[in-house]
Amino acid sequence: MKVIFKNARFIDPERKLDETGDLLVEEGVIRRIGGTTTEEDANGADVIDREGLIVAPGFFDMHVHLREPGREDAETVQSGLAAAANGGFTGVAYMPNTEPAIDSAEAIALVKEKARGSLTEAFPIAAVSVGRKGEALSPMAELVEAGAVAFSDDGAAVASSALLRRALEYSNMFGVPIVEHCEDPDLAGGAMNEGYFSTIYGLPGVPTVAEDVIVARGVLLAEFTGGAFHVAHVSSKRSIELVRDAKARGIRVTAEITPHHFTLVDEDVKTYDTNYKMNPPLRSREDLEAALEGLKDATIDAIASDHAPHAPEDKEREFIYAPNGVLGLETAVPLALSELVGKKVLSIETTIEKFALGPRRILNLPIPKIAEGEPANLTVIDPAEVWTYDAAKSKSKSRNTPFDKRLFTGKPVAAMNQGKLWRDGEMKTL
Amino acid sequence: MSLSSNHLLGLRGVPRSDIELILETAATFKQVLDRPIKKVPTLQGKTVVNLFYEPSTRTRISFELAEKRLSADAVNFSVSGSSVGKGETFRDTVRNIEAMKVDMIVVRHASAGVPLYLTRVAKSRVINAGDGTHEHPTQALLDIFSIKEKLGRVEGLNVCIVGDIAHSRVAFSNVYGLQAMGANVSVCGPSTMIPRGIERTGVKVYHDIDRAIAENDVLNVLRIQLERHARGYFPNVREYHRYFGLTEERIEKNNPNVLILHPGPINRGVEMTSGVADGDYQIILQQVANGVAVRMAILYLLGTRKENEQ
Ligand SMILES: [Zn+2]
Repeated sequence: MKVIFKNARFIDPERKLDETGDLLVEEGVIRRIGGTTTEEDANGADVIDREGLIVAPGFFDMHVHLREPGREDAETVQSGLAAAANGGFTGVAYMPNTEPAIDSAEAIALVKEKARGSLTEAFPIAAVSVGRKGEALSPMAELVEAGAVAFSDDGAAVASSALLRRALEYSNMFGVPIVEHCEDPDLAGGAMNEGYFSTIYGLPGVPTVAEDVIVARGVLLAEFTGGAFHVAHVSSKRSIELVRDAKARGIRVTAEITPHHFTLVDEDVKTYDTNYKMNPPLRSREDLEAALEGLKDATIDAIASDHAPHAPEDKEREFIYAPNGVLGLETAVPLALSELVGKKVLSIETTIEKFALGPRRILNLPIPKIAEGEPANLTVIDPAEVWTYDAAKSKSKSRNTPFDKRLFTGKPVAAMNQGKLWRDGEMKTL
Repeated sequence: MSLSSNHLLGLRGVPRSDIELILETAATFKQVLDRPIKKVPTLQGKTVVNLFYEPSTRTRISFELAEKRLSADAVNFSVSGSSVGKGETFRDTVRNIEAMKVDMIVVRHASAGVPLYLTRVAKSRVINAGDGTHEHPTQALLDIFSIKEKLGRVEGLNVCIVGDIAHSRVAFSNVYGLQAMGANVSVCGPSTMIPRGIERTGVKVYHDIDRAIAENDVLNVLRIQLERHARGYFPNVREYHRYFGLTEERIEKNNPNVLILHPGPINRGVEMTSGVADGDYQIILQQVANGVAVRMAILYLLGTRKENEQ
């Protein structure tokens, strides 16, 4: 089967490619870039002819929660990967905080089996410690062999400085990073960002310093061990400064940010809608401004959704008791296009880098190329389409998003990978 | 005259005219309470549910009495904090109560935002009887009523709220209500108990109780939860009392005319000595009596308010 994108703009930042023309994919392989399609080419092809389409290397979300095994009512591997494809992602890395935790080769094999047949590839981030208990190191060598691309005890920071030190040393043998959920549990323990708004909304606060001390610890231990330390969902100004300084000193530190942290602020909690409750919490306007600076100057390497589905009976409850986290896979790219590209924070090229290149560089994964003869691993976006997100139509099994009915400018319109095409909410095999 | 809202969720942003209307109405009901037959038929046929997710005997009894004196049918629904998270969800409880077609819900909950949530899912009028560390508007209104009753005015007074401001729902309702009425509001307490960003609410912060006494007309002293010291908010009760507690000597030295309020229950020997708690400076029992009149006023004004009334 053939697919033709007519008059599209191809942007491949790694190869400094930025051209306009037609792109022909046949049997899942890029056959031709540029030029115009002949009648013979078009014969029997699925022709996508829309003005202004951008074809980029497939986007990758390095922080998602698939909830399987354990909470298949909230999400399954299949539903999560369908939401990923619908959101324009051809690859994701999934977190190990399932029940049981992903801390063995068998657990990875189980998810791999469930992911079979999806357009979006799923890469495991395995637990740092056995059962995420913060005690014994997980069998890292075995996990890397089974496909783990990173280690994390996400949901919580690595329980002790000593364990983090050993994790950084040991994982560095395989060049695999430690992805840290930066939160000091003693300093945290609240329901929203601590500051003026937690004071007037009467909710217990989580101070930014609860994040900062764990970022600082990680930076120092990365420097000491030479290991690779990745800051998940960075949200505070001071943490961004710590990452910036660490990079300037040549320490192996990277960072990702979620779309909700560059879009929303603590003040938005005012309705007490639990879809505004996440961890780290929505921060102040000042932190958001610092995040935009961090995205611009490449302190922040990647955009990751922290897709965290929750069943309605868990999420729709009193604010202080509701679990943290929101859906993200289907709104990440639209938010980046609306809030970053639309508001001239980042160029489209840099935004593509944060989605397609940044995460794969951190996880040492090959970056898809837009080149003739290469497998088609592509994300196609329409940066100008104005549309309204309808959470009721989400491919996820859950509905916990603060972005329901939000108007976006820019949309992922198609994704290709593994010989498959995702378009208009459906998957086709090429 | 009627209130500008169907619900009383807090005092932040509530116009002065609403507060004045509540205070005037409460004054009328206070006269009713002085009669031999302390009951009026105003809310006959109306059902009020007292939905208490936290034990608070004082507030609940005060509301219940106010409801009975207005001839409303009062139903108590208490859920202990320990059963939260087990069995029926909060959402289902609320749906059940709503199905019973109640006119008003008085709600107390450990989570801020629950009263606002109720206004979205239930058709009843909602009165916040304390949510998290957010607001407790009826307590603040009875405090303001009591200050006005004793001193004849609120406008221009210097009022200081003393104690654990960070964990108090009473403090901020007082701040907003008093500011709306033209008072100058300050707070006094250990720096660990003063929440971040408080200066943006326009209050002055003291850490020196002697200065707070000297520079204010009214001190509203909050109850200290003694277990807070275990979490490092203050070293111990003795030190708290020594540096922030009210004593007769302190008051005599700094400002013998100061008026003392306390929402109760008092930790004698912690927030204040028994000499202060029982002395001439305070109006603590008047506050309790006024609480019923103020809650009657609020129940009456909301219960008789017509839909879409401006
Ligand atoms: Zn996390």
